[in-house]
Amino acid sequence: MLAMAAASAISICLPNLASAQGEVNVYTYREQKLIQPLLDAFTKDTGIKVNVVSASSGLEQRIKTEGANSPADVLLTVDIGRLEDAVQGGITQPIKSDVIDKVVPAQYRDPEGHWVGVSMRARVIYASKDRVKQDAITYEELADPKWKGKICIRSGQHIYNNALIAAMIVKHGEAKTEEWLKGLKANLAQKPSGGDREQARDVAAGKCDIGIGNTYYWALMTQNPKQKEWADATKVILPTFAGGGTHVNVSGVVLAKNAPNKANALKLIEWLTGDTAQHMYADQNYEYPVKAGIKTNDIIAGYGKLNPDPMPLAKIAEKKKAAANLVDKVGFDN
Amino acid sequence: MANVTLTLPDRLRRSHILATSFLILLAAAVLLPLASLGSVALRGDAEIWPHLVNYVIPRATIETALLLAGVAVLTAIAGIGTAWIVTAYDFTGRSILAWLLPLPLAFPTYIVAYVYVDIFDAVGPVQSAFRALFGYRTAAEYWFPSVRSLPGAILVFSFVLYPYVYLAARAMFLTQSASLIEVARTLGATRFMLARHVALPLARPALAVGLSLALLETLNDIGASEYLGVQTLTLSIFTTWINRSSLPGAAQIACTMLIVVIALMALERHGRRHRRFVTSPRRHRTVPRMSLSGRSALLAFVACFVPVAFGFVLPFFYLTYEVLLRGLLTGFDPDLLRYTATTVTLAASATAIAIVLGLSAAIAVRMVRGRIATFSLMIAGLGYAIPGTVLALGLLSPLVGIDNILNALSRAFGGPHLGLVIAGSSAALVIAYVIRFFAIATGSAQAGLARISTEIDDVARTLGTRPPAVAWLIHVPLTRPALGGAALLVFVDCLKELPATLLLRPLNVETLSTYIYQFATRGSFEEGSLAALIIVAVGILPVIHLTRFSEIAPAPMPPSSR
Repeated sequence: MLAMAAASAISICLPNLASAQGEVNVYTYREQKLIQPLLDAFTKDTGIKVNVVSASSGLEQRIKTEGANSPADVLLTVDIGRLEDAVQGGITQPIKSDVIDKVVPAQYRDPEGHWVGVSMRARVIYASKDRVKQDAITYEELADPKWKGKICIRSGQHIYNNALIAAMIVKHGEAKTEEWLKGLKANLAQKPSGGDREQARDVAAGKCDIGIGNTYYWALMTQNPKQKEWADATKVILPTFAGGGTHVNVSGVVLAKNAPNKANALKLIEWLTGDTAQHMYADQNYEYPVKAGIKTNDIIAGYGKLNPDPMPLAKIAEKKKAAANLVDKVGFDN
Repeated sequence: MANVTLTLPDRLRRSHILATSFLILLAAAVLLPLASLGSVALRGDAEIWPHLVNYVIPRATIETALLLAGVAVLTAIAGIGTAWIVTAYDFTGRSILAWLLPLPLAFPTYIVAYVYVDIFDAVGPVQSAFRALFGYRTAAEYWFPSVRSLPGAILVFSFVLYPYVYLAARAMFLTQSASLIEVARTLGATRFMLARHVALPLARPALAVGLSLALLETLNDIGASEYLGVQTLTLSIFTTWINRSSLPGAAQIACTMLIVVIALMALERHGRRHRRFVTSPRRHRTVPRMSLSGRSALLAFVACFVPVAFGFVLPFFYLTYEVLLRGLLTGFDPDLLRYTATTVTLAASATAIAIVLGLSAAIAVRMVRGRIATFSLMIAGLGYAIPGTVLALGLLSPLVGIDNILNALSRAFGGPHLGLVIAGSSAALVIAYVIRFFAIATGSAQAGLARISTEIDDVARTLGTRPPAVAWLIHVPLTRPALGGAALLVFVDCLKELPATLLLRPLNVETLSTYIYQFATRGSFEEGSLAALIIVAVGILPVIHLTRFSEIAPAPMPPSSR
């Protein structure tokens, strides 16, 4: 035990010099457990070793501070806001690849190539099977007083809700969105708290009739012995903006400005948009693959046909701050 | 004659200068990340302040104040009460309870928050039983107190954090001279008067340490507050940084919060500036425990068992149940062993460094007895008041700065390109842990030292003992219970530290708490149950050890002073 501790002390105290060939260093907001199978498959395919560090915040800042000596090659994020933050922070360089330009629809990558989306998720409704009869709904309708006391949602400051509210601002402007947010707040059954799965749980318990969450959480609940009954008590409705489509967000990737293993990093990014990775995104993470022609997982396909709203994601990122301010202003989380 | 009076102060002055420089150096180490934070704050974000002041800060301040007040009251009652009961009375189950009481500390707060929501929320076993019992169909038909609320948060935090107060109070009660208590008893003091007028005032320095640790821990939390829906200031720092993309704004709130914390700490110090808490070492014995039987024994047992039940037993069995339910033992993740070794190594290194530096600093302050020294030590303890994420952010740039200098030096001498030797290695984590938890070490060391009369030092010095020898022969043995407690706290805190670890860890390094966290963020924290139990198991070993030696030898006297 002591020897083991000593050995690990030595191994972990040695700095990770990322200059050796055949490596790529990944900073990720994606939880390591979710991304690891993908990275392992990449290593198997290419022989390139992948080093990972995952965190829930601050990675752009870390890369920025590490500066010229930063070991980071790529940064994986789970929403558009972070991708844009990375670009604004000046820690990215354009990803130049014909392969990617061909595979990834223009809507899901930066025009200048600073970020590329690799998978998509939609923000949807978990509705009670017993108490909600309708099978279609608009985001605007969530503010309708007919839902008074019937909606559950997590904090308005969470990045997923932040992006939804920002998208609403892009659609209708700040003043209208403020009204909408007030209406939604008035319809809440309880103070926002918990994560997305808790909203399904509260619907299952009868505390509210509809909860708001991401597409893949519902699918994950069906695979979890304890949470299966929450999924069973609810159905997923793909909402749309009035006269528009469903709000989707991307998980994406940027290439670090000072990437020490740039060639390998590009290989990884291309690989992530390739067939193997896209199938894994679909079937293991229950996300919508960004590449056309890859089959969506059956559970996700069961929600109905996704019709993503055409608004450019970069616009949503632009309204991120305004959305956060509105949440404070209407006291959404209070 | 003249020679003697000249040489002695000279030597004295030299060691004083040495001690003061040491303290200033420590303070500087903590000031570096603060300064980098401050410089970020100064970059300013004028546009965001009116918004924050109008909509965010007032509410966050009130919620934070209420949360802190609630946690202060509950942890003080639970911590002091149980510490006094197990120290002053004897009853069936006392010795088991005495070592069970600190255990909730081993749980990361946010894990306990998840457990409580699972058990007491609408679909949990409690409310399901409630519905079955009273014939309700859905949770909308009745009112039930929610864990996801401010009162719920106060309870969760208090159940996990009262051990900070308990450990500090117990260490003090144990080293308390029996004579004071005996005198009070002879004078006809009742049990209550004894606790209120003798034990409590004597324990005040320790309580100040324990309570401030519990409160700062509450203040710094993000995971549990967010999950339970409490809008704290720390959470606003976070959203300001993440959603409003304003690091300067976040740094400004953090700095403001820090100033308030410093003011409160100074106030507490000011409050006890004229008191000295010295006990005579000659007649040092533990307080003889009074035997309880019948109803009062039962009462004592229940009073001590309630915090244990809610803080430890309930989460422990819940997690064990999840481990069994999910077959986490049969489908054992072999990587967990490696993560455990990493976690223990990091925590142990940081603890050793923090304790050695902490005791040295406390002794240096005691020796110098000057304002600069005291002030430096206070600065050095500020790390605990900074939220982990903010500390990590602040620490990055000085560390990278040092790395850049090292690289430049290496280049100048024709050496290899070193890369981020410190910022990119586990050294960064150990440094962050030491800075973050240094206050625990110095606080306990100081509280322990405060009970040794400075006259003993003076006598020893007059007899020609050099300061290091005084420290080794007198201070170390006498502060052992307090230091043991501090070491345990630092160690366990390092085991469960999350935000700084997430942000500073090098590539491919995973600790138990980061491992649990990745499940928690995906909404299935139960899959990290086994790792949570490993943290508890690793934390329990030092607790048992600590309890044993503090019971047998509360404050061993060095043979030379008998």
